[in-house]
Amino acid sequence: MSWENLGQQLVNGLSLGSIYALIALGYTMVYGILRFINFAHGDVFMIGAFAGLYFHRWLSPFLAGLPNLLSALIILFCSMAVCSLLGVIIEKCAYKPLRKKGRLIMLITAIGVSLFLAYTAQLAFGATPRGFPPLIDVHTFGGGSTPAVTSVQIIVLGVTVALLLGLRFIVMNTRTGLAMHALSLNPTAAALMGVNADSAISFTFALGSAMAGAAGVFYALFYPAIDPFMGLTPGIKAFVAAVLGGIGNIPGAALGGVLLGVIETFVVAYSPNIGVSSGYRDAVAFVILILILLFKPSGLLGKPENEKV
Amino acid sequence: MRTALIFAVLLACVCFGGCKRHESAKNAREIVIGEFTSLTGATANFGQSSNKGTRMAIDEINAAGGLLGKPVRLITEDDQSKAGEPAIVVRKLISRDNIIALLGEAASSRSLEAAPIAQQNKVPMISPASTNPKVTEVGDYIFRICFIDPFQGTVLAKFALGRGWNNVAILTDSKQDYAVGLSEFFKKYFVNNGGTIVSEQNYSSGDKDFKAQLTSISASNPQAILVSGYYTEAGLIARQARELGLNVPLLGGDGWDSPSLVDVAGPAMEGNFFSNHFSAEDQSPIIQNFIRKFKEKYNESPDALAALGYDSAMILADAIKRAGSTDPEPLRDAIASTKNFPAVTGTITLDEKRNASKPAVILTIKDGEFRYVETISP
Repeated sequence: MSWENLGQQLVNGLSLGSIYALIALGYTMVYGILRFINFAHGDVFMIGAFAGLYFHRWLSPFLAGLPNLLSALIILFCSMAVCSLLGVIIEKCAYKPLRKKGRLIMLITAIGVSLFLAYTAQLAFGATPRGFPPLIDVHTFGGGSTPAVTSVQIIVLGVTVALLLGLRFIVMNTRTGLAMHALSLNPTAAALMGVNADSAISFTFALGSAMAGAAGVFYALFYPAIDPFMGLTPGIKAFVAAVLGGIGNIPGAALGGVLLGVIETFVVAYSPNIGVSSGYRDAVAFVILILILLFKPSGLLGKPENEKV
Repeated sequence: MRTALIFAVLLACVCFGGCKRHESAKNAREIVIGEFTSLTGATANFGQSSNKGTRMAIDEINAAGGLLGKPVRLITEDDQSKAGEPAIVVRKLISRDNIIALLGEAASSRSLEAAPIAQQNKVPMISPASTNPKVTEVGDYIFRICFIDPFQGTVLAKFALGRGWNNVAILTDSKQDYAVGLSEFFKKYFVNNGGTIVSEQNYSSGDKDFKAQLTSISASNPQAILVSGYYTEAGLIARQARELGLNVPLLGGDGWDSPSLVDVAGPAMEGNFFSNHFSAEDQSPIIQNFIRKFKEKYNESPDALAALGYDSAMILADAIKRAGSTDPEPLRDAIASTKNFPAVTGTITLDEKRNASKPAVILTIKDGEFRYVETISP
């Protein structure tokens, strides 16, 4: 036993981690600006997967002639658009009226929104798990002694990296990104300097939710059984990833997601070596969360914060 | 003073309310049967199917004039496929709805949760599809109308050995009593009869990623893999195994039986095998008749859970008729003495351990449909 298939397990871990990273971005961006955890984020991710399923159904007659990859990208962008719209609506209806009431109240509201979305989806889509269409032709490269990589994994990894770079560009190089930065540093000073807080916050939700929507479609491509409660576990794992990387820090969220995916996969693969059952994968995520909170509450890339949250 | 008064009023309400309810239960103009099942959640297909079968049986019974001259009413509670819920809904069914008997659950873990409550309250419980042996060991009020895992595990092991697959890997859902039991009994027979288990891996219900386990399994070069668990995960496992280039046949138990299996796995499910309670391809008139009636009512084909749900209600009705009463003890004895009952899923005789012994069928998946392969008798 011991360390066989290291390459394959690394590939498995990276593809799982890239999805955690995408979801973690939404948590971290909202936290960076509003200093609260948007627990409804996992359910936006679920809506993203269902949106992908239905867009595939509705658009497939129109997209029939297009190359596979292009039609998949169109469906992906449609789902991202639906999710960012949903994110903005959630922010306007549920969080904005409470913004001045304190973070705990918003946190509890977020849990309420999460349950509302999950059960509404159950009403609308039914409770049974649904299959998800393979939007891209699946080819397996390698296998045997070399790691097997599927075309889906390669494309998902590529699109994830592109989305991350795009996000970084928006946050670092545009005026709205600058406004987001200013808000996260000091909301009062930013308002005094003429930054429109409302629109910057809405934009943050739109961007974060679009990432969640993309993650939802990718997740459904990897694990094509989608149900209204699918957002729960990945949502919490991504939250752990965001904390691991340093919540509020965008590269940190990406790093935390990838790390968590790889660690989890390695736990399943190699924990029997030390006599631990592979069923402990979920426990590991939370053990990491506890250790981080104990020893480095600001996360791997986060800066220590004096303010008590 | 005021508090005491309110308390007294409340107490009176509880007392009289209680008395009245008790009386109404005795003189009821209808027979109330409770059903707890998973209409939503991870194994929603099971609950929805067995509920459809049970409802169809109750409708037929009522159309034929009810039981003991009274109409039958079915009260269904959803346990959301969650641990903890069965206890809540079963207590509600027993204490508030005054049910005379309880039908449910498919998943063994959830039946095991409800069984002690039914036993304690002397409400006979019939599980349509829980195959873990521990379920009926809870007490003399707990019955089942399906085969048990020692048998199902043996059937699968026999089948694998019969095909010449001597090196098999096992992937078990360690959260489910059903899956753990099935793997254990499979292993026992398989190893005692010359087979080798080359790799043993676990996962938990609700997991979506199995590539780590499958990669380890693939390194051990098995000729087949036993995927002991429920359909949601089985579908994903099949798909990920094929993606990793692991093309050996997968084996499963009756937990695989659901249209979702093929919906999720698509072509990855082709050529895999699982054991089940009945095959829709069986040409015997009782099965074909059931399928025809089910299709007329629900516009879809019944799966094994629907047939078992139907049978569980029919066996209960038969016992009520024979007992001539709905009192706990005569009813319990009547169910226990069920003999050669012609059910859809085979002729049912309950043994002294309150289990049914029936043959199992092996099905394979071909062109997205479940096809009959062979029948293996106890």
